[in-house]
Amino acid sequence: MLPGTVMKQVETKLSAQHIFMTFTRDGKSTPVLNDVNFDVARGEFLCIVGPSGCGKSTLLSAIGGFLTPTGGEIRIDGEAVRGPDPRRIFVFQERGVFPWLTVEGNIGFGLFKLSKAERVSRVAHYIRMVGLVGFEKAYPAELSGGMKQRLEVARALAVNPDMLLLDEPFGALDSITRLIMRGELLRIWREERNTVIFVTHDIDEAVQLADRVAVMSGRPANIRKIVEIDIPHPRDISSPRYLELRNGILEQLGLAHQI
Amino acid sequence: MSALAQPRKWEQYFWPLVAAAALLVLWNYSVVWTKTKVFPSPLAVERGIAELAHKGVIWAYIGDSLRRVVLGFCAAAVVGIPLGLTLGWYPRVNQVVNPTLQILRPISPIAWIPVAILMFGVGELTPVFLIFLSAVFPIVLSCVSGVANVPAIYRRAGRNFGLTAPQLLARVVFPAALPQILVGLRIALGIAWLVMVAAEMIAVDSGLGYLVIDSRNSGKRYDLVVAAMVTIGLIGLALDLGFRRLREFRSVRWGFRDGA
Repeated sequence: MLPGTVMKQVETKLSAQHIFMTFTRDGKSTPVLNDVNFDVARGEFLCIVGPSGCGKSTLLSAIGGFLTPTGGEIRIDGEAVRGPDPRRIFVFQERGVFPWLTVEGNIGFGLFKLSKAERVSRVAHYIRMVGLVGFEKAYPAELSGGMKQRLEVARALAVNPDMLLLDEPFGALDSITRLIMRGELLRIWREERNTVIFVTHDIDEAVQLADRVAVMSGRPANIRKIVEIDIPHPRDISSPRYLELRNGILEQLGLAHQI
Repeated sequence: MSALAQPRKWEQYFWPLVAAAALLVLWNYSVVWTKTKVFPSPLAVERGIAELAHKGVIWAYIGDSLRRVVLGFCAAAVVGIPLGLTLGWYPRVNQVVNPTLQILRPISPIAWIPVAILMFGVGELTPVFLIFLSAVFPIVLSCVSGVANVPAIYRRAGRNFGLTAPQLLARVVFPAALPQILVGLRIALGIAWLVMVAAEMIAVDSGLGYLVIDSRNSGKRYDLVVAAMVTIGLIGLALDLGFRRLREFRSVRWGFRDGA
């Protein structure tokens, strides 16, 4: 069964309508987002790619409720986004883990409303899921970059969010760790079925992971095209279809056949 | 031996002791060669310390000085940490209050002596107040900059998990600023110990500062003056070493580079 066939039947999780964002600094205004429109289905894995500095992270911050668009509205489950919410957790590069807490402390950070027993079992579950067993009492300074990244993902998942917003989460990792982390993320996503919005500047990463890839234009940005990746997982990255989709996205970005 | 090489265990203690011994030798021969009748030799000072220890006054005085420093320092921490966290948390308030703080800060606690005596009279409270004054400013300022330097990414993560403002302050901002706050507390403790000497020269008749001035005034006992100075230095060193150990706690270790 293709994951795509399930997607079609489920309802809209997020809908962004006519999003505009203008930053004003020293009396000079810079338009960053210019009429961005898209929907995300519940349980979908959407990647957003675009040229560097185009406003991908700005868009993701607006979805997370950390920035308010200057125009338009983002609705999640039919409800307008008004601020950050534990139901949608923003994951940074691994710099977001708290260095003063252990692995356990970090994963349990958002679980302060649960009973102690529930918290302990939830923490243990996610430590197993991200493969940090044996490092429960370790501090982030003692972990590698990949382990810190998994820790941050585990901290996000532990609060049971229905959306994960990932902002170039693997950007700071070496290429081998990055490949492993992609596989891990897909495995976790299949288990948890959260809706994932994943910002990256790496087109291969997007085509390997996403159900759909939203391609943004340069600044002031809008969504140039949304490409459906109709290849079942595990994806063969040398298949003709993969290369075709990848080249199609490169072409959208105006980068095809330039190197 | 290169500057970067890790010294061996015995060398960590051996060479500093050699340096201290060299100073003692230099001191001793300076006294011998200048044939001074007033300034004591190291041996005379050692006899002075023994005399004070024998009479028991030195222990009582050390106790008094430590008590005043601890009281003044703790009061400064109790006032300074919440005040500093608040000012760091509300930059608008800080903008209003900071100029006043910056005017008060460079006024030496010594200049406060007449005012302190006016307010607290001749007694225990006056030196404690002066020590408090000397310690409170470094604590406040380290808290302000500690909070201001908390990376935005941590606050954002805290808000994302649904923390209220007080929870954010207690669970994210304070632990993130703690290494810098500890640095401020350590500096404040050092200054408090310095100011203790001057504070005890007035208003009280016990303590190491009193010992310095009293030994000079009653019979020009410079051996005892220097004995008190050496004691002040050694206890100051012990306090600082003790405070540095707080960095070893694992919840703050991340904030200190090794050896810094």
